[in-house]
Amino acid sequence: MTRDEIGNREEDMIIDDPKPKIQNPDEFNVHYLRIYYGNLFPYSDIHKWLSYGHDGKHPGCDEFYFGRREFSFTLENDVYLRYKSFKNASAMEDAIKSNFPYKIDIGAVYSVDPDKRHAYAQSGTNVFTPVERELVFDIDITDYDDVRYCCSGADVCSNCWPLMTVAIKVIDTSLREDFGFKHILWVFSGRRGVHCWVCDPKARRLTNEQRSAVAEYFRVYKGNENNAKKVDLMGHSLHPFLARSYVDYLKNFFEGELQATQSLFSSKEKYEKILEMISDEDIQSELRGKWENSARSSLSEEATSLLRWEQLKKMLQSKKQKALSLRTCIEEIVFTFTYPRIDLEVSKQMNHLLKAPFCVHPKTGRVCVPIDPNNCDEFDPMAVPTLSQLIEEINSGGFRMDVDGDDSDRSLLGKSIKFFRSSFLEPLLKSCKEQIEKSYKTKIEKTKDSFSW
Amino acid sequence: MRLLSSGPINRPNKRKSRSSAYIFPALLSTNPYSLARTVLQLQVLRNGGNSKEEEAGSKMNPILPQKRTASNDVVSSPKLPLYFTAPAMEVRLEEFELFAIDRLRVLKGVSDGLARGRNPIEMDNLVGDLWKKNMRLSDVSEMINKDIISHFVLRLVYCRSDELKKWFLSMETALFRYRFRLQNLESQRATVGEFGLPYKAVIGAELESLKEKLWQVARSLGQTPPTDEPIYYKVPFEEVPDLVASRRVLLQKGYAFVAGSQLVSLVVTQFRSHLSKALILTNRKWTTTIREREKDRLTPIVEALSTSYLGPDYSQSNEYADISLKDIDQVSKSSFPLCMRHLFEKLREDHHLKHGGRMQLGLFLKGVGLKLDDALAFWREEFTKKVGSERFDKEYAYAIRHNYGKEGKRTDYTPYACQKVISSAPGVGDHHGCPYRHFSEDNLRAALGRMGLSSRGMEDVMDKVKNKHYQLACTLTFEAVYGTSCDAGINHPNQYFEEAQKVLKPKTPTALV
Repeated sequence: MTRDEIGNREEDMIIDDPKPKIQNPDEFNVHYLRIYYGNLFPYSDIHKWLSYGHDGKHPGCDEFYFGRREFSFTLENDVYLRYKSFKNASAMEDAIKSNFPYKIDIGAVYSVDPDKRHAYAQSGTNVFTPVERELVFDIDITDYDDVRYCCSGADVCSNCWPLMTVAIKVIDTSLREDFGFKHILWVFSGRRGVHCWVCDPKARRLTNEQRSAVAEYFRVYKGNENNAKKVDLMGHSLHPFLARSYVDYLKNFFEGELQATQSLFSSKEKYEKILEMISDEDIQSELRGKWENSARSSLSEEATSLLRWEQLKKMLQSKKQKALSLRTCIEEIVFTFTYPRIDLEVSKQMNHLLKAPFCVHPKTGRVCVPIDPNNCDEFDPMAVPTLSQLIEEINSGGFRMDVDGDDSDRSLLGKSIKFFRSSFLEPLLKSCKEQIEKSYKTKIEKTKDSFSW
Repeated sequence: MRLLSSGPINRPNKRKSRSSAYIFPALLSTNPYSLARTVLQLQVLRNGGNSKEEEAGSKMNPILPQKRTASNDVVSSPKLPLYFTAPAMEVRLEEFELFAIDRLRVLKGVSDGLARGRNPIEMDNLVGDLWKKNMRLSDVSEMINKDIISHFVLRLVYCRSDELKKWFLSMETALFRYRFRLQNLESQRATVGEFGLPYKAVIGAELESLKEKLWQVARSLGQTPPTDEPIYYKVPFEEVPDLVASRRVLLQKGYAFVAGSQLVSLVVTQFRSHLSKALILTNRKWTTTIREREKDRLTPIVEALSTSYLGPDYSQSNEYADISLKDIDQVSKSSFPLCMRHLFEKLREDHHLKHGGRMQLGLFLKGVGLKLDDALAFWREEFTKKVGSERFDKEYAYAIRHNYGKEGKRTDYTPYACQKVISSAPGVGDHHGCPYRHFSEDNLRAALGRMGLSSRGMEDVMDKVKNKHYQLACTLTFEAVYGTSCDAGINHPNQYFEEAQKVLKPKTPTALV
């Protein structure tokens, strides 16, 4: 259940670690945060984005659109302020600069100003309810803890980050090819995951039920420690979406990079987990016997792992006639380790809040920068600019403080802002303006008709 | 969208000084698509009475066209009404109530069937039987009228709160779905036509280019690709959310390719969407005009109808109130159903539960009689072992008070029934849900062993689980553990608890030692 007032806290962020004290004062502190919000945060870009072309310049604009968007602030001492709304960019800027929130979340566009929601009755025609909201996804690497061996919990490293990369590829491709969406923004969550914002008008107007359907379409992994087999493809051939994801991304990733970094079969504990996924006891014991005997071979971990995978594949191939469920066993194993695991609850409800891009993560000090889905292999979460790096840059004079949202290639944040503008914002605004123009024209035509005799 | 076709509207004769007859302008008008609202008049007459103004024993005036089809099957041959507009007719007061009760029996039966995890074929048969038993009349047109009238009366009953609306919407949609499936192909096509949907069949070059992938989808569902030319409709994906969610359709650039055999999904979505909007309008009319106007006549009937068949919701625990904290461990072992026992054990073990588990267990404990202060103390005791008391106060206490209706919207939330527990989706790190459904066989056997089941008892239970009869499995567990039969069947965790307590303490209902 997600009720308005109860808020949508990112549980994991708060629960896994002890009380948030600044772990590394060099990375994050309030003073730096003030400078960041004072000089670097791209207010007008965010405003332009969330206005979706309703900048008041065209007669077909809804000048109150931006003002009906909910924001929430999380302040220094965990004070949480919901239902904040702003008339325009400078009101938003003023509010951020007077509060210096640790976290800014973006919510839905409501039927009336969230600020003024109590002035409206809960029944009748003026109900306070969400009317538009981007389709959003949240992928967090802690949901993969049962299949990554290098880290667990809040940590992430270059060995397991590629799980996020492949998730982006699978989901992004599907959003474009299957669902026809075009205006998609991927953002680094600041520590160990990614967020996705789908901003097409069609996406923004989806109902909760439709969002739920999209999330379920993406859902493959079902389960927790209470069941052994978490991906069940039933032995039938794969749906084209799953087949494409497997062939284009997952198979190669599993056999290549993932094996190399995680050595999925190299120890008994590791390979037992995989053996459990095979529904046939005989095959399990045959493989188990083989591998126990070869436990002391001279091969490296990685080579052992690759060899055992080949043996498993060969055996399943030859025995797949035995049972229907064995026919997709190989794919099930690959999917279990590599297929994206999205947080369903985040996507299903319009009123769910999600962290804003270009915020700073309080635990790492890193900026939540956009990720280019076409180049996501190159993205390195360890190389994302931190607050202290940005402040250092300002201090050493390498930054032009007079420009609003510097997007030059010379500054640390500039590249991200440039990418945000050119790849996402500009095409989006162009399409929005066209849309506004079109519906305005249609409206005019209609009123013309009604007056014609 | 086209209006449901109907004959000429029969305007009742104008009578002077009719104290008994009552006209509701646009009472149940529901078609949002036409500019002129259909004015509906539902005249309700008193039965009997001796005043010469009253319409004693007046019969119904059906308005709908009377289609008599060749088939004798009374379930599938009458047209399946879409309830877009309520036609004008006269109804006796007693029929107002009786028709609604009969329909309610059908809806309750549907609800029961779904809760017991019946598969679609079983549901088809169940719905067929329920309809025959409760809604059949000898005259086909009278049957259609009863169908329509009972639906609209129940709209009044179930529009009045979110929870009632949700239940009614789910059950009416399910009822529609299975009645549609029971129709023959020709009737189905006719019903689809009634919705007036603008979707086109895929033909020619486009079909050729998609065939490969369409066959792939069919195979992924365990079907063999069709031999003759199949019909596929190109539909925006938003129109068929359940087909998208279960990956039963090919998607391309925002369109879903829906097979003829999947049409049911399309029409059910339309039906549901329409009914959902209609309920909101009906609610508005009810609260603004009807409830007050009808306070001596229809309102008492309407209000009584909604509480009669949903079963107790356990939001207020009764005789077994005042479960005390010091006994809670012992009580959890003696009287909790497996789902709650598991959550409770995990909580004691990990000193933490994720959100789904907190909700399921927390509301259950509320239903069992744990007072708010005790609840706060209980959760605090566990969570502070892991997260510390300050974080508990900041992050978890609010939610607990929220569940008891002391924060925010101040709704008093009701404990989850089995249907809800079974249909939840526990993910990584979760322990809620129904163990009979969500546990692997090994884990379930181990858990049942800990509850004290013999190996024979366990086989019976596992047999039910294999057939997806999760509630029956739980009922069998109950019967094995307490050595007594439970004919009603378990459909609510709090019911399990109360029944268990009845067995353990038959003579002292208020003491809990």
